[in-house]
Amino acid sequence: MKLKSIEELEDLRSGIIAKKDPNKTCIAVCGGPGCLARQCLEVRDAFVNEISAKGLADRVDIRTTGCHGFCESGPIALIFPQGIFYQKLGVKDAAEIVEETIMNDRIVDRLLYIDTGTGRRVKKEEDVPFYKKQMRLILRNNSRIDPHNLEDYLAIGGYSALAKVLDGMKPSQVIDEVKKSGLRGRGGGGFPTGRKWESTRDAIGDIKYVICNADEGDPGAFMDRSILEGNPHSVLEGMIIGAYAIGSNEGYVYVRNEYPLALKNVTIAIKQAREAGLLGENILGSEFSFDVKVNRGGGAFVCGESTALMASLEGKPGEPRAKYIHTSEKGLWDRPSNLNNVETWANVPLIINKSPEWYSAIGTGSSKGTKVFSLVGKINNTGLVEVPMGISLREIIYDIGGGIPGGKAFKAVQTGGPSGGCIPESLIDMPVDYEQLTKVGSMMGSGGMIVMDEDTCMVDLARYFTNFLQEESCGKCAPCREGLLRMGEILTDITEGRGRMEDLSLIEDLSGVLKDASLCGLGTTAANPVISTMRYFRDEYVAHIRDHKCPAGVCRELIIYGIDEESCTGCGRCLKNCPSGAIEGEKKQPHVLDTAKCIKCGICYDVCKFDAVRKG
Amino acid sequence: MSRNITRQKGEMVTFMLNGAQVQADPNWSLLEAAKFYGLYIPTLCYDEGLTPYGVCRLCVMEVGSGDRTKLVASCMHPVIEGLEVRTHSNRVIKTRKMILELLIARCPGSKKLQDMASMLELKEVRFKPLNDDCILCGLCVRMCEEQMMAKAIGYAGRGTDRYITTPFDMTSEECRKCGACMYICPACELRCQGPEAKTTLCSGCLNTEAVCAAKYDDAMCFMVPCLSCVKRPEDVK
Amino acid sequence: MTIDESRLDSIIDEYNAEQGSLISILQDVQAEYKYLPKVALEYVAKQLDIPRVQVFGVATFFKAFSLKPKGRQQIHVCMGTACHVRGSKKVLEEFERKLGIEAGGTTKDGEYTLETVNCVGACALGPVVVNNEEYHGQMTPIKVESLLKKA
Repeated sequence: MKLKSIEELEDLRSGIIAKKDPNKTCIAVCGGPGCLARQCLEVRDAFVNEISAKGLADRVDIRTTGCHGFCESGPIALIFPQGIFYQKLGVKDAAEIVEETIMNDRIVDRLLYIDTGTGRRVKKEEDVPFYKKQMRLILRNNSRIDPHNLEDYLAIGGYSALAKVLDGMKPSQVIDEVKKSGLRGRGGGGFPTGRKWESTRDAIGDIKYVICNADEGDPGAFMDRSILEGNPHSVLEGMIIGAYAIGSNEGYVYVRNEYPLALKNVTIAIKQAREAGLLGENILGSEFSFDVKVNRGGGAFVCGESTALMASLEGKPGEPRAKYIHTSEKGLWDRPSNLNNVETWANVPLIINKSPEWYSAIGTGSSKGTKVFSLVGKINNTGLVEVPMGISLREIIYDIGGGIPGGKAFKAVQTGGPSGGCIPESLIDMPVDYEQLTKVGSMMGSGGMIVMDEDTCMVDLARYFTNFLQEESCGKCAPCREGLLRMGEILTDITEGRGRMEDLSLIEDLSGVLKDASLCGLGTTAANPVISTMRYFRDEYVAHIRDHKCPAGVCRELIIYGIDEESCTGCGRCLKNCPSGAIEGEKKQPHVLDTAKCIKCGICYDVCKFDAVRKG
Repeated sequence: MSRNITRQKGEMVTFMLNGAQVQADPNWSLLEAAKFYGLYIPTLCYDEGLTPYGVCRLCVMEVGSGDRTKLVASCMHPVIEGLEVRTHSNRVIKTRKMILELLIARCPGSKKLQDMASMLELKEVRFKPLNDDCILCGLCVRMCEEQMMAKAIGYAGRGTDRYITTPFDMTSEECRKCGACMYICPACELRCQGPEAKTTLCSGCLNTEAVCAAKYDDAMCFMVPCLSCVKRPEDVK
Repeated sequence: MTIDESRLDSIIDEYNAEQGSLISILQDVQAEYKYLPKVALEYVAKQLDIPRVQVFGVATFFKAFSLKPKGRQQIHVCMGTACHVRGSKKVLEEFERKLGIEAGGTTKDGEYTLETVNCVGACALGPVVVNNEEYHGQMTPIKVESLLKKA
């Protein structure tokens, strides 16, 4: 049914809410990427079967939702209305939960999360330490709605911001609200969103475009994916409001092809919104028309750069162009274009609904609101976290993330993806916001936060990012293409024991040119991982070059494996698994490793249960 | 921004070029303005007859004032009222030398690059030579598309694997074998002068391959002597 | 090879033969043939009125596209940062040894294609290997053999 006015939308909403029984039991199974990979759909099916077998289908709803954030504990299910948090579920657990919790209102203790600090089992989601310090404005609704169900979104107040905007707000007022909120781009450099909208609005041209960048290319970041999968209408609502403010009638969502579920969910959401009169001609009966198309990316990190993304929307290779004339004036098809990423768009309805003053009260002086980070790497509680700007790294890593696994020492955290840098342990109390991150040589980026422990080699990491960027550079401009090639060569030399001390100054020279002379943001920030690791971990570079040692024991050419005679029990595991036949020894006798035959794959080190294989 | 101001016809833009107040046509790029005032700015991907592409980055200039300055590709950057521009600041010179060093490491046999190195006083190349032929300036691609209207060559691959080629790396009917791509190529400027010509560096020309010539045995080049004459099959072996 | 032009037409029509949809069209063509056959690319170029060299450029620029046929089994080793710091490189090397091919290659019998991906968003499970859309988390070099056997 097509809504023809704001009143019709509000009538529909109150109808949906009246129909819903707030006390009805609902099992919300997380269908985020982490849980999906752990076969959560089988768990969901087990719930469905169990519920219908018990004849409870009328009494219990089962909802497959977007990401709840706590990937480490997946598969996760929340039982509403109580809000019970069950984790690490297997197919077999469904029957017990239905029997105990749903039918008899009893808690299944063994499926609750154990607070590592207190050792107690935690019943509710909000009491789990991982969630306690978070401020989940964007992600919270993921567990409360079915992303395929527009009614669910409307029931939690969806599209009321759009209604408010269309109910008499002038485009300039909308822009003022966004400006006042202090919202800045969540995808990279952090440009003020309201100002970006304003310059696109002011640009000359009849046709203007609004684009949503969902080509999340940062390795180790999946927040945009989770928002688009879990709550696609919130992104659409933000885009429609933005289009109204800017004066645009056409929009694009550019989705990474590796995210099939995000693609599916946003496509469904667009269709639903169109049918409901929330997209298309005369939205909610107003004069304003706007529609959105979905385009798929082809797998290129550089398409995170706005001009490269626009080139790819035109059916060309994703090559950036000089931005001396901004995309707000000449973007897609040379027309004024406004590009924001998924998370930025998802913030817009909040600001309109709750007021810019409310929004700008969250965060620090120049960074407002919350930011979603993907907390991954060597961390106990891997997952998506949403925190207010200004929270300290320590709170994120220890209070929310639960610290480093295996009793290892924290070494550094990498933020900002391949364009960002590594932040060492000494800076762990710094507040996280745009300015502070830039000051220490990293950046906000899209929000990847990769935690590293003592076993991570920082030179190897720098080489990893350089190689990544070398493959992902479009190759158009000389400094980026040639500079990254040479940077990669030098770092490979260092990690393989051929480095020279003068290489360090050559790296610095190359970094300077990359930063100064590259055409686009990929090149100008490409040296950050190298520069920041050289700044904080120079001794590791020197150890590789001068002593031919990799202190973290990562760089293969610089380590030698051996078997400690005293600890070896002669169990034969290493011998059996060695792919190159380098290990010999009788059963129950200490084994010997022939370094000449050893290919340093490290399998023996991984399989030994007695720590008898040593790296030197 | 100056370009948003509607100007009377013939009205000029005034800006600071190396400390001197100068005037320029509002449609000029910084590079065009600098050339007009007689300054030597090294370029490899620029040609007056083609759309600027801004990729060799040798034409960089430093713009802005105080500690808020940045480098821009002058071939792409418009002249802007009041802008402070430095064409030969230390930062600019250092950057140009480094870029040239990188390009020479890729194509050490190019006379044009070697000449430019002596002009910029670049004395040392610290990277392993690749002995490639192409600096990916893209002049040939634009020549083919804009002047010859053929669109017979273009880029393939990306990053360090980017190269210039014909569709599917095969001889194509789009190519009229006009030789304009070879004519405009800066990396192999003197290649077609023949192995004995006094101007060549090292007969390196015999070891290099033109972007498309290698693919066409019957390439017609209007340079004298023609590339296909110099590069007889036995020479290539 | 011959191609079914009517199948290509229906893909192209789905996008109203818009030039801007080239990448989406190529994705669908690749889904149909498991790679991008030259004849199909030429047909798309003709129908969309895009120079062949541009279509070739797009097809070789984006990592999602392959101009060579891929193996029946596709093994994607995630090389995202989270997987990298947890040792995905060792896993990749073991696959390379076991299959006798390098990343990006296809075994001679056409059974396996080994590829790296930059992040599949399942960072909690790193290192991750995706085999025919099935995720395998917490991979180690020793698990490689059993994964290949199962596949």
